[in-house]
Amino acid sequence: MKPDIFEAPDYYHLDDLLSEEHKLVRDAARQWVKRDISPIIEEYAQKAEFPKQIIKGLAEIGAFGPYIPTKYGGAGLDYISYGLIMQEIERGDSGVRSTASVQSSLVMYPIFAYGSEEQRKKYLPKLASGEFMGCFGLTEPNHGSNPSGMETKFKDMGDHYLLNGAKLWISNSPFADVAVVWAKNEEGRIHGLIIERGMEGFSTPETHNKWSLRASATGELIFDNVKVPKENLLPNKNGLGAPLGCLDSARYGISWGAIGAAMDCYDTALRYAKERIQFGKPIAATQLQQKKLAEMITEITKAQLLTFRLGQLKNEGRATTAQISMAKRNNVDMALNIAREARQVLGAMGITGEYSIMRHMMNLESVITYEGTHDIHLLITGADITGHSAFK
Amino acid sequence: MKILVCISNVPDTTSKINFTDGDTKFDANGVQFVINPNDEFGLTRAMWFKEKQGATVHVATVGEASTEPTIRKALAIGADEAIRINAIPTDGFFVAQHLAEVVKNGSYDIVIAGRESIDYNGGMVPGIMAAMLDFNFVNSCISLEVDGNNATAIREIDGGKETLSTSLPLIIGGQKGLVQESDLKIPNMRGIMMARQKKLNVIEPIDASPATLDTKFEKPAPKGAVKLIDSSNIDELIDLLHNEAKAI
Ligand SMILES: Cc1cc2nc3c(=O)[nH]c(=O)nc-3n(C[C@H](O)[C@H](O)[C@H](O)COP(=O)(O)OP(=O)(O)OC[C@H]3O[C@@H](n4cnc5c(N)ncnc54)[C@H](O)[C@@H]3O)c2cc1C
Repeated sequence: MKPDIFEAPDYYHLDDLLSEEHKLVRDAARQWVKRDISPIIEEYAQKAEFPKQIIKGLAEIGAFGPYIPTKYGGAGLDYISYGLIMQEIERGDSGVRSTASVQSSLVMYPIFAYGSEEQRKKYLPKLASGEFMGCFGLTEPNHGSNPSGMETKFKDMGDHYLLNGAKLWISNSPFADVAVVWAKNEEGRIHGLIIERGMEGFSTPETHNKWSLRASATGELIFDNVKVPKENLLPNKNGLGAPLGCLDSARYGISWGAIGAAMDCYDTALRYAKERIQFGKPIAATQLQQKKLAEMITEITKAQLLTFRLGQLKNEGRATTAQISMAKRNNVDMALNIAREARQVLGAMGITGEYSIMRHMMNLESVITYEGTHDIHLLITGADITGHSAFK
Repeated sequence: MKILVCISNVPDTTSKINFTDGDTKFDANGVQFVINPNDEFGLTRAMWFKEKQGATVHVATVGEASTEPTIRKALAIGADEAIRINAIPTDGFFVAQHLAEVVKNGSYDIVIAGRESIDYNGGMVPGIMAAMLDFNFVNSCISLEVDGNNATAIREIDGGKETLSTSLPLIIGGQKGLVQESDLKIPNMRGIMMARQKKLNVIEPIDASPATLDTKFEKPAPKGAVKLIDSSNIDELIDLLHNEAKAI
């Protein structure tokens, strides 16, 4: 891996819109990624292993629940800070960002928003410090885009619940200490349950041979007559809206994260194009490569403006699910296209692990699928503007 | 033990340097500013004294409000309090007079400055301050230990090192080597949150004037084209080095 000489593009001086604290938070995350992620990430992606040693650092830069109030161990920051942290982490690697997104938005958020005071006190500080790692079980083998059809279910046994079913494609599952799991009760209503590693009948086999998010561990959650204490049910929200509320928060972070991956690809391609000489001149001096690079910076700039505005709306509590869908869909697609174009700018060098582009490109294939596929987000926008849902 | 770390706000090393107003002024447009690296080594050492020997650490800078992110970062790294002298740092003499005033009013035992800042490379501030305050002074300092009122410092000298024993009050001009680069701190979230609460005192400049004025800046001539010589053609290389580059 080459030394990390990344310089972040800021074509429209967006930094001027950020507060001093936003920049402090962002720069700390950027510095940390350069120091602790860039030198090791290629090796871990190549061997398809999550680098566990970075958990402490992720917690220290505030990647776990930055917007959770300080009394529960969070940092009490705003949503723009959260977005900036996600952007910087994904600049390093989408897999590492996935770990942080899951911990913050899919584990800490539901416990904070739907949990009891006891649950908040018990889990949130340990999740914020990285002492506990969490995962989120919604997707099942037969229910991906359509989670409402889920088959995982629990039965009230008087003094406990009995949980049965299986979840698939679960980020962090192989090493998670706790899982926020969505399952139906006997009336078919979706509820969230906190499952802890060690409960009898609960196992988490790892999914191998991924070509994407290789530095993030993905696996299953299998529940075979798991006895769940009643106090582990999230009491304050149920129905499909509960897991979807978590997804809003995670998708918001992804819309920022994707910009990070795109910036890294653009920065690498721009530098390479200026240095690579063919036909007696830098390839950056050719119109075709300029078209690629110019379109990249245009798309990155548009995406930055989109997320900044979305961040303001989120801070005011006004960002809608449909608005978040639009940003997630646009930005991940933008990043994937930039990764593909940037890889070509580097010619054969682009396919090697010497550069980050191909890793970003493969990672983004997951990012465009999880947290709602590219198609599903389009349908969300479609339903929002026409009033007709085209899902079924 | 009370320590003052003097911090200079300098362009990041990757910045593209340009001048305006007929090459008399630095063009700060689009430039990222950071803590001067020599000062960051000093701040890191000061944090060590805070952790291990219970020192109180203040930071001071001479600069306009635009320098506050740099000082806030120093607070997030762990400094207890910050002082900003609200003036444009015209030259080293001007800066040293203001910082000396802060030292006088704050009764510090140790002042840690950088050997030089990486923007104008003046290398004057700690020396002038030491003279004005009548403090002991060690420049190009690569190690500092303090025991009560006594200090042991190591100084980098041409081709070697010099170990000095001295006493407080003391000023050092720190540089690379004062701490391990791996010990440099990235502000963590706790630090950033605590920095919100910490005092950043803004004080107005005293009646001081610079001793020098910038009249013109010049950039080094751009690098010329590279000549590639076949590795089998040693004679041509020697000829070019001798007759054209006049390097040998
Ligand atoms: C690396 C990775 C990590 C993941 N981590 C998690 C996790 O931590 N927790 C979790 O719960 N899940 C996780 N997922 C699962 C992810 O959210 C699902 O893969 C995603 O929701 C899509 O479901 P699916 O794969 O079953 O695809 P399907 O839903 O089967 O979709 C297949 C294709 O059909 C399209 N399609 C589906 N419905 C429609 C429709 N109505 N109209 C038009 N087209 C349609 C889709 O867009 C897609 O192109 C992860 C996935 C990956 C790859």
